[in-house]
Amino acid sequence: MIYFDKVTKLYGDMAALEEVTISVAPKEFVSIVGHSGAGKTTLLKLLLAEERPTAGSVFFESIDINDLPSSALHHYRRKIGMVFQDFRLIPNKTAYENIAFAMEAAGRTDDEIKSDVPYILELVNLADKTAHFPDQLSGGEKQRIAIGRAIINQPELIVADEPTGNLDPINTYEVVEILKKINELGTTVIITTHNKGVVDAIGRRVITIDRGRLVRDDAGGKYIL
Amino acid sequence: MDWMIFKRMVIAGGKNFTRGGAVSAATVLIMTVTLAIIASLIFLSALLTFTLNTITDKVDVSVYFVTTASESDILAVKSQLEKLPQVASVTYTSAADALTAFTARHASDQLTLQALQELGGNPLDASLEVRAKDPTEYESIVNFLEASPALSAGGTSIVDRINYAQNKEVIDRLALAIQATREVGFAVVALFALASILIAFATIRLAIYTAKEEIAVMRLVGASNAYIQGPFIVTGVITGVTAAALVLLLLWPATWYAGARTAGWFGGFNIASYYSGHFALIFSIVLVSSIALGAIASVLAIRKYLKV
Repeated sequence: MIYFDKVTKLYGDMAALEEVTISVAPKEFVSIVGHSGAGKTTLLKLLLAEERPTAGSVFFESIDINDLPSSALHHYRRKIGMVFQDFRLIPNKTAYENIAFAMEAAGRTDDEIKSDVPYILELVNLADKTAHFPDQLSGGEKQRIAIGRAIINQPELIVADEPTGNLDPINTYEVVEILKKINELGTTVIITTHNKGVVDAIGRRVITIDRGRLVRDDAGGKYIL
Repeated sequence: MDWMIFKRMVIAGGKNFTRGGAVSAATVLIMTVTLAIIASLIFLSALLTFTLNTITDKVDVSVYFVTTASESDILAVKSQLEKLPQVASVTYTSAADALTAFTARHASDQLTLQALQELGGNPLDASLEVRAKDPTEYESIVNFLEASPALSAGGTSIVDRINYAQNKEVIDRLALAIQATREVGFAVVALFALASILIAFATIRLAIYTAKEEIAVMRLVGASNAYIQGPFIVTGVITGVTAAALVLLLLWPATWYAGARTAGWFGGFNIASYYSGHFALIFSIVLVSSIALGAIASVLAIRKYLKV
């Protein structure tokens, strides 16, 4: 489903990634671990076509992402649900509107939005916070809204960049459980983290990156650095 | 673009505006100042034009005829002058009318009236007052008169004198001053308009800068550039229209207050009468400027955040 083929990314003379080759099959749950600055976020940015590789190619299904013109990027990004450490909710939209925005952007009808958004809010246990703005929600609630936004269009892939980085242990546990559930329902999930507890709780494939290089790819699901 | 997307953009733009709080208020305020400057420049242009036209109207050249010239010969000259493209108007004053006006003007001056009586008859000449469309055209009108002198039946010129030579320097200076004032006036108007437009642009850019994270999120959830831009353009237009409404409303009391004063200071130019008489024009200019400013500034400001 996803294939990084000898991908190198340079920022000036600094290599953020060096000849990284990874493949991810459909329905996998992959944790990418590494120290800060190891290149985890760069890897995700390349996958989202926020950055272009200096060398090598990134494939999503059979598409070489480098070949996508700017005008087609939004179509490509609709296939991926994104969850960020800092939630990145739109501050002047309510919880409902933040989730609905992803559907609107994908061109879904008003009827679809009216039926799906309350369902997702129910699913992430925030049905009572529909009209709340992000600054009226706790960190855990914001992250659950972000997850709701990521899954609303039923994407083939969920990418979560340090999704528990700003959360307390209880909310971390809840978010991990939601992501596991999403994966069990057939969606591929890739998360980056340096939280050992999270990796161990997931217990699935772990890719370790150190100073831009892939140093370990362990199907056993253990956090080793 | 289909109706559903358009409707969503309008609703989102409206919500952005109402939820924008201090940012929306500040943008409206700056836009109001910008549009007020643009409206003031309309008044300034009108005032400048009015003043220059008033001065231009005061400039004329008089052609005096010999006392023996017949009225029909003088009217023939008048008719010839009126056919010239550079002539705005020609007014005939007969010798009798000139005497009546002179007597009325000196009604309290017994010494002058007594001298006039002692002269006997009418010593004053009939004349034509020629007004050009442009003060720079007087020379060509005088050249025309001198090149084709009006002759009496006896073959002598019926033109006694033309007061252009003694007024030439004043007329030329005035023409130069009028031209310079017009050019400088419009340059100042253009400069102020440009400065205020740039300020409005900068304010809208700043407002959109505060939303750059939001724009990045929209891109990452798969929104197209048009779908991201749309609500910001709508917000810009709403900001502009709100500011335009405020300016048009505030101009009523402002011009009413200043009206009597401007009429006194500028020889009859009443700014309140001008505003009510030209409301449709000012309304259109202010509204179109506000919409164009809001929309164009938003498009330009957001463009840099839409790159991959």
